[in-house]
Amino acid sequence: MGLLSDPNRRRALISLLTRLNAPICVVCYMAGVAWFMGLAFEPFTLRTYMSENAMGSTMVEERFPAGERALATGREFSAHKKKVGGMPVDWLVKTMQARGLEVFTQRFSRTLPFPDENKERYLVKGTNVYGILRAPRAPRTEALVLSAPCTPGDNNNQAVGLLLGLAQYFRNQVYWAKDIIFLVNEHDLIGMQAWLEGYHHTNTTGMDWSPLQGRGGSIQAALSLELSSDVITSLDLVLEGLNGQLPNLDLANLFYAFCQKIGVLCTIQGKLQRNDWDSVSGYSHSVQTMMLMVMKQASGRPWGDHGLFLRYHIEAATIKGINSFRQYKSDTTTIGRLLEGMYRKLNNLLERLHQSYFFYLMPSLSHFVSIGYYMPAFGLLAVILLLRALDLWVQLATPPPRTEDGVADTDTLIKSAPSQMSSPGVLSVLTPLVISHLTGVEVAVEHFPVSETEAVVLTAIAIYTAGLALPHNTHRLLSGEGTEQGWKVLKLVAVLYLAVLLGCTALINFSLGFILALTLVPVAAFVTPHVPKILSAFILVILSPACTLLFSVFFFQELQEMPVSFIDGWMLFLSVISQGILDHSLYGSLVYPLIALLVYPCWLLFWNILFWK
Amino acid sequence: MKILTFFSLFSTFLSANSINVEENAGQFFSSGHTNNWAVLVCTSRFWFNYRHVANTLSVYRSVKRLGIPDSHIVLMLADDMACNHRNPKPATVFSHKNMELNVYGDDVEVDYRGYEVTVENFLRVLTGRLPPSTPRSKRLLSDDRSNILIYLTGHGGNGFLKFQDSEEISNVELADAFEQMWQKRRYNELLFIIDTCQGASMYERFYSPNLMALASSQVGEDSLSHQPDLAIGVHLMDRYTFYLLEFLEDIHPASKANMKDLFKVCPKSQCVSTPGHRTDLFLRDPGSALITDFFGSVRKVEITMETINLTDLIKEAEQNPMNEKPQKVTYSYVDQLPVSEIIHQKPKQKDWHPPDGFILGLWTLILLVFFKTYGIKHLKHIF
Repeated sequence: MGLLSDPNRRRALISLLTRLNAPICVVCYMAGVAWFMGLAFEPFTLRTYMSENAMGSTMVEERFPAGERALATGREFSAHKKKVGGMPVDWLVKTMQARGLEVFTQRFSRTLPFPDENKERYLVKGTNVYGILRAPRAPRTEALVLSAPCTPGDNNNQAVGLLLGLAQYFRNQVYWAKDIIFLVNEHDLIGMQAWLEGYHHTNTTGMDWSPLQGRGGSIQAALSLELSSDVITSLDLVLEGLNGQLPNLDLANLFYAFCQKIGVLCTIQGKLQRNDWDSVSGYSHSVQTMMLMVMKQASGRPWGDHGLFLRYHIEAATIKGINSFRQYKSDTTTIGRLLEGMYRKLNNLLERLHQSYFFYLMPSLSHFVSIGYYMPAFGLLAVILLLRALDLWVQLATPPPRTEDGVADTDTLIKSAPSQMSSPGVLSVLTPLVISHLTGVEVAVEHFPVSETEAVVLTAIAIYTAGLALPHNTHRLLSGEGTEQGWKVLKLVAVLYLAVLLGCTALINFSLGFILALTLVPVAAFVTPHVPKILSAFILVILSPACTLLFSVFFFQELQEMPVSFIDGWMLFLSVISQGILDHSLYGSLVYPLIALLVYPCWLLFWNILFWK
Repeated sequence: MKILTFFSLFSTFLSANSINVEENAGQFFSSGHTNNWAVLVCTSRFWFNYRHVANTLSVYRSVKRLGIPDSHIVLMLADDMACNHRNPKPATVFSHKNMELNVYGDDVEVDYRGYEVTVENFLRVLTGRLPPSTPRSKRLLSDDRSNILIYLTGHGGNGFLKFQDSEEISNVELADAFEQMWQKRRYNELLFIIDTCQGASMYERFYSPNLMALASSQVGEDSLSHQPDLAIGVHLMDRYTFYLLEFLEDIHPASKANMKDLFKVCPKSQCVSTPGHRTDLFLRDPGSALITDFFGSVRKVEITMETINLTDLIKEAEQNPMNEKPQKVTYSYVDQLPVSEIIHQKPKQKDWHPPDGFILGLWTLILLVFFKTYGIKHLKHIF
C-alpha cells in the first residue's frame, strides 16, 4: 500500500508528528529568528548593481555651476516665506516663470478627523506650486518629478533654492527626452497627496482640491529633496513608503553609484557604512541598520514625501542632506551635480524601472537582501502554525480515550462523537469569532465627536482592554458547557486564520508580517485552557499587538540612539496610535485597520481559548 | 656612345614594360570580380546602442571612401540616434570621443531604416527575393562576378544575432542564405565581418564556397565597447570596429594590403576578446586577396602608351551539325543537404556534464517509492 494510505505507516507518521510537535515548533522558531538575524551578515548578502541596461554606468558629464546662486534664491524664498507667513505663492510663480517653466498652482483643503499634535494642525488649507519644463524635442508622453517641501520655519529653504537653480540649468539643455516637473508642495504629505490625486484623477481620501491646469505625461520617477543647510557632510536616502512599499532597487543603486562617482558620503537610515563585517561591532551595525529599515517599513507610514508616489507605480525616493560635525563638507554645487547626473540617467530610461527588485532589505547602502532570501525566515514561523493545526486536527479526529465508567457502548459513543463534535463545535467557535471582530470594528470605526487626540487614543485603548473581559461574557451565550472538543476546534480555526492573515501581511509588508509573527506565533502555539492561567495571561498580554507596539517604540528609539524614559515612551506610543489613525484617514494607510480589524480579533480568540471553561 | 647605351636601355625598358603590359592584361581578372557590393547592417535600436550605429556608419564611410558608390551599398540602420531626443548634439553621430569625427551627414543614404530592419528583409536582400515594387536602392543586384562585403553588428549570442529586440537570426539561417546566394550565382567571393558578442558562432555553420569570415570574439567571449564619451553619455564605438576603422584609414584605393593584414587587426591586447577568422571555404589564398577586393571598388585601369594587338580575326561561330550533341558544361552544385556530412560529423567537443542531479534524484525517488510500495517480492508479477 501507499506511504500515506497504509494505516500502520500513517499511524507511525502521525504519532511522530504528535510526539515531536513541540520540539519541532521550538526548533523552527529558533531557526526562523536565526535566519532573520543572519540576513545582516555580509557574506549572505549581495552587492548592489545596476540592473537596467538603459541607465548603464555613471558615464555622464555633470556641469551644474550655480550652487551659490541657488543658495541666494533659497534665502530670498525664506524671506518671502516669513513675510507671507506660509507659502509665498506669487513669488514662486514669478520666479519659476522667469526660469522659463510653465507654472500652475493647485489649492487644497482638508479637515483632519482630530487635531494632529505632532504637526499642530487641524484645518489644513494650502497651495501647491509646480512648474513644467517641457522637453525640447520630445512628445509630452513621459515626465520626471523633482520636489521640495515647503515647511514652516527655517527648514528646507536651501532645497527650494537648489530646485529653482536646477530648473534654470536644466532649461538650457537640449537633451531632455521627458518633461521635468518641479514641484513645491505645502503641508508636506497632505499637499503631495492632493497633487498626486489631482494628477491621476483619483480621489481615494476625500480631500478637497482644485483640478490641475497643466500636466506632463506619465511620471516615470520622482525624487524629493530635503536640504536645510548650506553645506552638508552626507546625503541620506529614504526609501520606505506608504504601507511599507519600497521603490525599485535600481533607484537606490543609481544614487549609490553617483555618490561614489562624485565622492559624497552617502548613508541609509542615517548610518554610515562600515567595512569590518567580520567583527562583532561591524555585524551589529549592519543588524541595527536592517532593523531600522524593518521598523520603518512595518509602521506603514511614508517616511518622506516620496512615499505617496509608490502607490501609483512611480519609483520615488527622498534625499536628505545632513550636516553633522565632520570636517569634510560638500557644497550645493556638488549636490546639484549629483542630482543632474541622476536625472540625466533617468532621462535615458525607455520604460519604467522594473529590472531590479521591488522587495528587499538593505543592511547597508551597498548590500541588499532580496525577497527570495528573507522569506524563508517568515516561512519557518508560519510552519509552526501549520504543524500546530495538523496536531489539533489529528487530536480531533481520534476519539478521546474512555476513562469514565457508565458509558453504554464504545461503538455508539464513537458514532455519536462526530455528531457531538460538529454542533458544539460550530456554535462555540462562531460566537467568540463574531464577538472578537465586533470589538475590532469598534476600535477601528470610532466616530470622533470629541476632537481631542488623547481622548481618541485612550478610547481605542479602553475598548482594546475591555475586550480582555470577553471570555467571561461569551460563555453566557453558549447553550451548554464548553467541551474539550470545543476549544480544540476553536483553536484550529484560530491558528489557521492567523496563518492566512500573517501570510498575506508578509507578502505585502514583510516587516509587519514578521514582527507580528514573532509575537503571535508563540501565543498561538502554546495557549490551551490547561496552562497555568495567571502566568499565561500575563504572557499573552505582553505579546498582544498593543504591547508589541509599545516595545517596538522603545526599541526604535534605542536603534536611533535616542533612548527615551518610560513616560516619554508612553507619550510616544500614544502619538504613534494617533498617527496611525490619521495616516489611515489621510493617505489610506492600512496598518491601523489591519491591526484593529483582523490581528486584534485573532489575538482575542486566543485569549478566549485561554479562559475556556 | 652614351646615346646608344641610353637608347638600348630605353628599348629594353620598353620591351620589358610591354611584356609587363601583356602580363597585366592577362592578370586583369585574376581576382575574378568585376564589381563590388556592400551590405552593412546594424541590428540594434535605442539610445544605449549608439555604438552599433556608429560602428556601421564608420564602415560605411570607409567603404564609400574606397570607391563603392551608394547605389552598390545596402545600408540597414534603425537610424534613431542622430535625431534622438537624448542626443545633446542633434543630427550627429560621433565615432571618436571628444567628438572628433562625425560619421552622419546628408550624404548618408540609409536604405532600410527604423522598423524595416528585420530578419526577413535582410534575408530577402541577400537572396534577392524582393517584391517587384522594391526600388533599386533597396536591392542587392549582384551577379556572379560580384565581391560582396557583409558587415553585421549588434547584440548577439552563441549561434544567434538579435534584431531590434524582437527577433533573432541564427547561424544556420545565415549559412543557408549564403548557400542560396551561391546557387543563384549571386556572388563571386563574400567577406563576412561580424562585431557582436560571441561572434565566431555565426560563421561556424557556413558551407558554401568562396566565403571568408571575420568575427570580433570567440564563443563564450563578449565584445567590448570603447570610447566612452561623457558629454553624450554613451559608448561611441565597439573595440573591434574602432581598430578596424583605424586600419582602414590607412588603406587607399591603390593599396596592396591583403587579408592577412586584416586578420591581424585588434589583437587580444587591444580588443580584450580574441578575434577569429575562417578561411577554409575560400578558394584563393587569403594572402592574395587584397583589402580593396572587398572594401573598395577598384576599377582596374592601366594607362599604357603601348599598342596591344587585339586584331585576331573574329571567327564566326561554326554551325554545329544537328546530329552532334552540343557540348554541355555541367555545373556542379554543392549538396543542398549534405546528409553524409551530417551523419558522419564528429560531435562537438562539449564539456561532459554529469547527468542532471535533479533528474537522477527524481528517478531514484520514484524507484524507491515503487519498491517500497510494492515490495521486491511483487516484482515477478510485474515483469
